[in-house]
Amino acid sequence: MRPERMVKLAVKNLGQYKLRAGLTMLGIIFGVCSVVAMLSVGEGANREIQEKIQRLGSKNILLKSVKVPQEEGDNASSRRMLARYGLTYVDAEELSRDVPNLVASTPMKILRFDVQYKARRLQTDVVATTPWYLRVQNHRMVRGRFLAGADMEFGSPVCVVGSRLARILFAGYDPIGQTLSIDGDAYTVVGVVGDIAQGEVATSNELWLEGENQNVYIPLRTYLQKRGDLFAQWSQGGSTFEQVELHELILTIDHQENVVRAVDAVRRVLKKNHAKEDFSVVVPLELIRQARETRRLFNIVLGSIAAISLIVGGIGIMNIMLATVSERTREIGIRRALGARRRDIVLQFLTETLILSISGGVVGLLFGALIPMAITALTGVKTVLTFPAFAIAFLVSVTVSVVFGIYPARRAALMDPIEALRHE
Amino acid sequence: MSEPIVELRRAVKEYVLGALRVTALRGIDLRIGAGEYAVVMGASGSGKSTLLNLLGCLDHLSSGDYLLGGQSVANLSDAELSEIRSRRIGFIFQSYNLIPQLNVLENIEVPLFYQGVHEAEARDRAQALAARMGLSDRLRHKPMELSGGQQQRVAIARSLVCDPILMLADEPTGNLDSKTGHEILELIDELHAEGKTIVMVTHDDDIAHRAQRVVRFLDGQIVSNERNGAARP
Ligand SMILES: Nc1ncnc2c1ncn2[C@@H]1O[C@H](COP(=O)(O)OP(=O)(O)O)[C@@H](O)[C@H]1O
Ligand SMILES: [Mg+2]
Repeated sequence: MRPERMVKLAVKNLGQYKLRAGLTMLGIIFGVCSVVAMLSVGEGANREIQEKIQRLGSKNILLKSVKVPQEEGDNASSRRMLARYGLTYVDAEELSRDVPNLVASTPMKILRFDVQYKARRLQTDVVATTPWYLRVQNHRMVRGRFLAGADMEFGSPVCVVGSRLARILFAGYDPIGQTLSIDGDAYTVVGVVGDIAQGEVATSNELWLEGENQNVYIPLRTYLQKRGDLFAQWSQGGSTFEQVELHELILTIDHQENVVRAVDAVRRVLKKNHAKEDFSVVVPLELIRQARETRRLFNIVLGSIAAISLIVGGIGIMNIMLATVSERTREIGIRRALGARRRDIVLQFLTETLILSISGGVVGLLFGALIPMAITALTGVKTVLTFPAFAIAFLVSVTVSVVFGIYPARRAALMDPIEALRHE
Repeated sequence: MSEPIVELRRAVKEYVLGALRVTALRGIDLRIGAGEYAVVMGASGSGKSTLLNLLGCLDHLSSGDYLLGGQSVANLSDAELSEIRSRRIGFIFQSYNLIPQLNVLENIEVPLFYQGVHEAEARDRAQALAARMGLSDRLRHKPMELSGGQQQRVAIARSLVCDPILMLADEPTGNLDSKTGHEILELIDELHAEGKTIVMVTHDDDIAHRAQRVVRFLDGQIVSNERNGAARP
C-alpha cells in the first residue's frame, strides 16, 4: 500500500474518534512538554553554574581569610577585644616562593566603609588591591584607567569605582577627577570599572556575588599607609578590633593542568603557617569538576522523570489503540477478506499511532518551548532551549509511541479474519 | 464441463473448540467450471458459509485439497492467500460489510488500495463501477446514509473492482426485502451473463432456478449436486 494513502486513511480513521485522539495526544503533549521543560531548566542551571565558576577563573586559586570562633576554654582570649586571624603577608611571600607555576599573586583587603560624594553617602565594599587585579579578574574598564604601578609605588590616594556605584553616587556628574571620601579619607576617582557580570570575584563570604559592580578599588599600598592592618568593627557587644593582613589572595597559575599540583603546595604552606583553619581554599577548577558531576546526577534524575512521563503517555497510546482495534475488529476482518495482508493491517494501525504521536509531539514541542520561557519570566530561573532537547523529546516520544503501538497493531493483524468478520 | 475454476477433493474442515471438535465439512468433492453460476443450499449450520470461506481463501482446509484455477492453495502462506483474495476473489456478504467511516467511492476502492493501484486510476475504476450500479449520485455518502439495497450494490461494485475470477456471495439477499433482493439477483445474473464464475449461498428455492448448478448440503456433506436444466443457456 502506498504511504501517502496510508496516511490519508489513518487521518480519516482517527477523525472518527476526535475526542479520543485528542485525549491520547494530550498524554504525549504533556510528556514531550515536560521533557523539553526539564531539559531546559537543567541546561539553564548548568550554564549558570558553569558561567559563575568560569568567572572565578579556572586557572585561579582563591584563598580567603575566615574568622574562627574563639575557643571556650581559652580564658585569656575569650573576651579579647582584638581578633587576629587570616592570611598574612608571610603567607603571601612564602606562597609566591613555593607554589610552582605561579604567574600572579593578587592580595586584597576587603573592608566595609562609608563612602561619600558631596551629600551622597552609602556603605560599600572597598577593595584594596594591586594593579593586576584587573587582568586576573577579566574586568573591563568602562572609563578612565585602573590602578597603576605608580599608584602603588607612591601610595597615591586614587580610586576606581564600580559602574553601579558610579551611577548611584555620581549621578549627573562625570566621576573621573572627582574626590570621593572613603571613611573620611579623600581619594581621586581615576576610572570606572564594569559590572560584576563581566567578571568579579566575590567579596563576601559567599562563593560569588551576583549583580552590578558597587565596589571601590584603591591601591593596597595607599590603604596600608593610611590605616594599617587594624580594623574596627562595630557589633552588638560594642566595638571589636580585627587584625587581618589579607582578606583574600588570588593565586594565578600558568596552565589548568598545573592547578592541582599548585593547590597541594598552597595547602602545605598554609598548614605550616596556621595553627587553626582560619582560611579557605577555593579552587574553581575543582568546582567545575564538581559541577559536571552534579550535572550528570541532575540529568539522570530529570531524565528518569521525563522518561516516566513519556512511558505514561505511551501506555495511554497503547490503551487507546487496543480499544480502537477491538472496536474495529469487523473492519479488520473486512479488509483481510478484501486482500489486506497482515503487514497492511500492522502498518495501518501503526500509522495511526505515529500520526497521533507526531502531531502530539509537535504540539508538545511548541508548549515545551513556551514553558521554560514562562518559568524564566515568572521566577527569573535561567532556562536554555537547546536543539538536542527538542530532538531528544521528539524522538523519544515517537519511539515510545511506536513501541507501545506495535502490540495493538500486531494484535489486530493476527486476528483470524473469519472471527473478525463475524464480530458484531 | 469447461476447465474447473474451483476444485475440492475430499475437503474436510474441522473446528476445534477446546476439547470439542465440530466437523463442518466431511470430505467434500466439488468442481465448478469457469463461467458457471452455482447455488449452494442447505439448512442453517450445514456448512455453507464454511465452504464459501474456504473457497475464498479466508480459511485453511483441515485435510483434502483445494485447487483454485488449477493451483493448490493448501500450502500457501498468509501473505500469499491475501494476495489471492486481493486479485482473484470477490466477496459479497449478507450484511454488506462496508467500512462505516469510508464513503461509497472509498469503499469500492479498498481492494485496489492493497494492490498499490494509483489513486487516480482507482478513483476512475471505482467511479465507473459505481455508475454501473446506479450509485453515481451517492458517491460521497457514507454506508449509514444508504438503503440496504444500495449498500449491497456498493458491496457488489467493490467485489468487482479487481476483476476477480471467482465471485462468492453468502446470502446476499438475506437482509433485503423481496423487491430489492430481486434487483440484486438481476445484477448477479448480469454478471454471470458477462462470464463471471459465481458461487452463491441461499435459503430461497425460488432463487435456485436462476443458477446452472444447485448444490445441496446436509450436515457438512453434499447430498445433491445437479445441473439445472431449467436455467438459462
Ligand atoms: N469458527 C467456528 N468455530 C467453531 N465452529 C464453527 C465455526 N464456524 C462454523 N462452525 C460450525 O460449523 C458448522 C457449519 O457452520 P456454517 O458453515 O456457518 O453453516 P451455514 O453457513 O450453513 O449456516 C456449524 O455447526 C457451526 O457451528
Ligand atoms: Mg452461513
